[in-house]
Amino acid sequence: MRPSRTPLFLARRSYRVRRLRDFARLLPVLGTFLVLLPVLWAPAATSAPDTAPDGIYLFVVWAGLVVAAALMARGLGSEANKTETETGAGAAAEGED
Amino acid sequence: MPFNILVLACLAYVIFLFLVAFLVERRAAQGEAGWLRSPLVYTLSLSIYCSAWTFYGAVGYAARSGLEFLTIYLGPSLVFVGWWWVLRKLVRIGRQQHVTSIADLISSRYGKSNLLGVIVTVIAVVAATPYIALQLQSVTLSFGVFATAASEGLTPPDKDSTAIWVAAGLALFTILFGTRKLDANEQHTGIVTAIAVEAVVKLVAFLAVGVFVVWGLAGGPGDIVARINASPIADWQLQPGRWVGLMALSAAAVICLPRMFQVLVVENADERHLATASWAFPLYLMGMSLFVVPIAVVGLALLPAGSNPDLFVLTLPLSQGRGGLAMLAFLGGFSSATSMVIVAAIALATMVSNHVVMPLWLHLRPAHAVSGDVRRIVLRARRLSIAGVLALGYAYFAVSGGSAALAAIGLISFVGVAQILPPMLGGLFWRGSTRVGATLGLCLGFAVWAYTLFLPSFGPDAVIPAQVLAEGPLGIGWLRPQALFGVTGMDPLLHAMFWSLVLNTAAFTFGSILTFPSPMERMQGAAFVNVFEADQTGPRGWAQGRAEPEALLVMAQRILGDEAAQSLFEGAARGQGKVGYLPDATPKFVEDLERRLAGSVGAATSHAMISQLVGRARVSVEDLMAVANETAQIKEYSTRLEAQQDELTRTARALREANEKLTQLSVQKDAFLSQISHELRTPMTSIRAFSEILMEADLPPEMVVNYARIIHDEAIRLTRLLDDLLDLSVLENGSVQLNLGLASLPEMIDKALRTAGNTRPERVFAVQRDSAAEAIFLHTDADRLTQVFINLISNARKYCGAERPELRIAVRQKGGRVTVDFIDNGAGIAKEAQALVFEKFARLTDETRAGGAGLGLAICREVMANLGGTITYLPGQGGAAFRVTVPLRLEKAA
Repeated sequence: MRPSRTPLFLARRSYRVRRLRDFARLLPVLGTFLVLLPVLWAPAATSAPDTAPDGIYLFVVWAGLVVAAALMARGLGSEANKTETETGAGAAAEGED
Repeated sequence: MPFNILVLACLAYVIFLFLVAFLVERRAAQGEAGWLRSPLVYTLSLSIYCSAWTFYGAVGYAARSGLEFLTIYLGPSLVFVGWWWVLRKLVRIGRQQHVTSIADLISSRYGKSNLLGVIVTVIAVVAATPYIALQLQSVTLSFGVFATAASEGLTPPDKDSTAIWVAAGLALFTILFGTRKLDANEQHTGIVTAIAVEAVVKLVAFLAVGVFVVWGLAGGPGDIVARINASPIADWQLQPGRWVGLMALSAAAVICLPRMFQVLVVENADERHLATASWAFPLYLMGMSLFVVPIAVVGLALLPAGSNPDLFVLTLPLSQGRGGLAMLAFLGGFSSATSMVIVAAIALATMVSNHVVMPLWLHLRPAHAVSGDVRRIVLRARRLSIAGVLALGYAYFAVSGGSAALAAIGLISFVGVAQILPPMLGGLFWRGSTRVGATLGLCLGFAVWAYTLFLPSFGPDAVIPAQVLAEGPLGIGWLRPQALFGVTGMDPLLHAMFWSLVLNTAAFTFGSILTFPSPMERMQGAAFVNVFEADQTGPRGWAQGRAEPEALLVMAQRILGDEAAQSLFEGAARGQGKVGYLPDATPKFVEDLERRLAGSVGAATSHAMISQLVGRARVSVEDLMAVANETAQIKEYSTRLEAQQDELTRTARALREANEKLTQLSVQKDAFLSQISHELRTPMTSIRAFSEILMEADLPPEMVVNYARIIHDEAIRLTRLLDDLLDLSVLENGSVQLNLGLASLPEMIDKALRTAGNTRPERVFAVQRDSAAEAIFLHTDADRLTQVFINLISNARKYCGAERPELRIAVRQKGGRVTVDFIDNGAGIAKEAQALVFEKFARLTDETRAGGAGLGLAICREVMANLGGTITYLPGQGGAAFRVTVPLRLEKAA
């Protein structure tokens, strides 16, 4: 029953920060999907050995995640110390009961 | 490589680490930690995740199971990339609650239950022991590699005594730097920096070996890809179950491992460091695993068949005659092992001393909580615990003989600590999770893990008889340790992980749903789950004023040290606006103090110690109410705020009005005083002047009489003025005695006309009256009302300037009130003067001064007010008109 202090629409800057947080939440999901993808390739139809390509694929995904997280961390690092009252959505999702 | 040079290098390296830790501790003590607490150091300290198991074991793992080793690093990478979900909250809670260990976190979350702390401690110690043994084994094995090559110098000791030396050396190092002081936040700057240095060493060493293998032994990346596809590793097939399961397992372990929790949460100096670590730590892990497969492939190709793939990192450079590189690799492995053991020993020792030794000691000797030297006890408990943990690790190593493959031991340990995950995540995100649920889940998960994975890992007939393994206890087939409930097709590790976590989560969830949490649990639950809400105040566990501040200070000094405790108390006293060292023991202060102490001895112990001083009043009535009805409370609070604000606005307005009135009154009073002195002075002047003339002897008698009359007249005027003033002040005070009775209105008017006839008797007034309307009896003070009438009629006689003066007296009765209008046909009163006529000393003209001092109408107004009526000027009647309104029946004023 918090009084609704949060405005319905946001300025461009706050809007971007919100979307950045959404991305921060999404990134591990995306990463999980990508690293689990080799499971679907497992029963290799071809007889050609695929260990090296698989490994290269995994390292590329890994590097991609690192780069994405690094770009994200720059935007979120200053946010990390703040409380999440102004985000509303996250706090509300976590704070039921 | 001579063995004695190896020992010398090891010693030099350890001394170097000692120096780093020592210098850093000294700089930190001088408050110059600065860059030492940077995100870089934080990230590097996280690298203790890569123990010797990674450094040596990953290559062996890759040689045996291809790319599967990557799961151990991909899982943690995903957790860190997704730091916004869990890690951020974990770190925030850890800092806010001064959490000292993972056992402390669980214990604190579930109502500061020490039982849970003990359970988590036991799980952690049991799971970590094989892991520490594994590190000892890897160091011993790596010594062994050089020993076989040793031909001159010292004779290498056998592997058991090597392990003893290593264990003892590590214990010494850990005790020296891990328990030097009892820090408020339980942070160890020196150790963390030394570990960061070791992290750099092991990364550099591993990359150096990798670069040597790829570009030195093979012909670059292209060649390596070809070699991989040609090697036996390429036969590896991805097993979907293990791929997913191991990734989940390592993701859980990176949060739940006591040593990871220690560096991740407890040693965290700034939450922003986590943002850096979110990408830098995955990068580090990637660096550590980049060359694993190439080293394994080249090792398998170049080294003789049957050589241990777990040691390829060492043996490959050695076989190529690269002694320096091998030495670097050895130091890297040594770093991996020592850093892991040091942090694990600190973390476990903190848990053992805070959750087992201290509560036991407090229970046995409660009086010493206040009077004894707690600091020394805690430190001694920690040191003994460190030695004990390492001794356990060595014992496991000695008993198991160090034979099993490294990776297997590591994974068994991972599954053990993963049992902490359900109550931890539940505690962070689900307010409904309870202590009973967490206890049930942990116990069941731990038991299933021990039965299906840990005990069988010693081999058949070691702990669990082979017959039980094959046929189940008492021949019950569905209880076979490695085929629980008839699940036979699973890999033993996955089987154990699956059943232990499923049963753990189920027991935790249903236990939580079916039980009701205690108030303390509910408050801690709210504090944990809603940690990001700004108005989070945390639970107030202590009743007001039960504790003596002095006793609290004595206790805090025992734990925090004199200086820290005194500055804490002084700051709190200043915050309360007091001078000195003893703040009031408000609930907030006691709560803060408890958290500070929790940073040293853990939440449960600190809670127990404070409750010995403060009493058992754990939850105040307000808190209970808050727990019972938070919503209502918030609502009530906001209405109360609103009411308060309204009240304030009203008060401010009233004050402003009062101020205006006071200013006006002051002006009025001044005017009144000057008026009255003027009025008194005029007759006095003539009295004085004439009496002076009278004092002259030779005056004709008629002049004497004349002058004496003037003096007499003036004296009468003075007396009347004084009478009027007295009358006015009595009326204004409201202390006038009213003589209430039934009176006839016409009689009063008659009397008034008769009396007023004395005023300017030479004038003839035509008085118009309506005797029918006048026939009214009033219940009032007849004399006072007549006085008002006399005054009004006299005024008319005095001031009406008409040729043929007329006075109309109109009476009307309306409701319970009677109005009597006195209207003459004179010039009336100018509009701007109408408001003034009722003021004291208001005289409109100076022409006829005979009538009083201008107090008449003022007195009339006060009389009418006393009679419950009013007197007003009635404009627009063709002359001066006054309306007197009186109630028909005046009841005696209360």
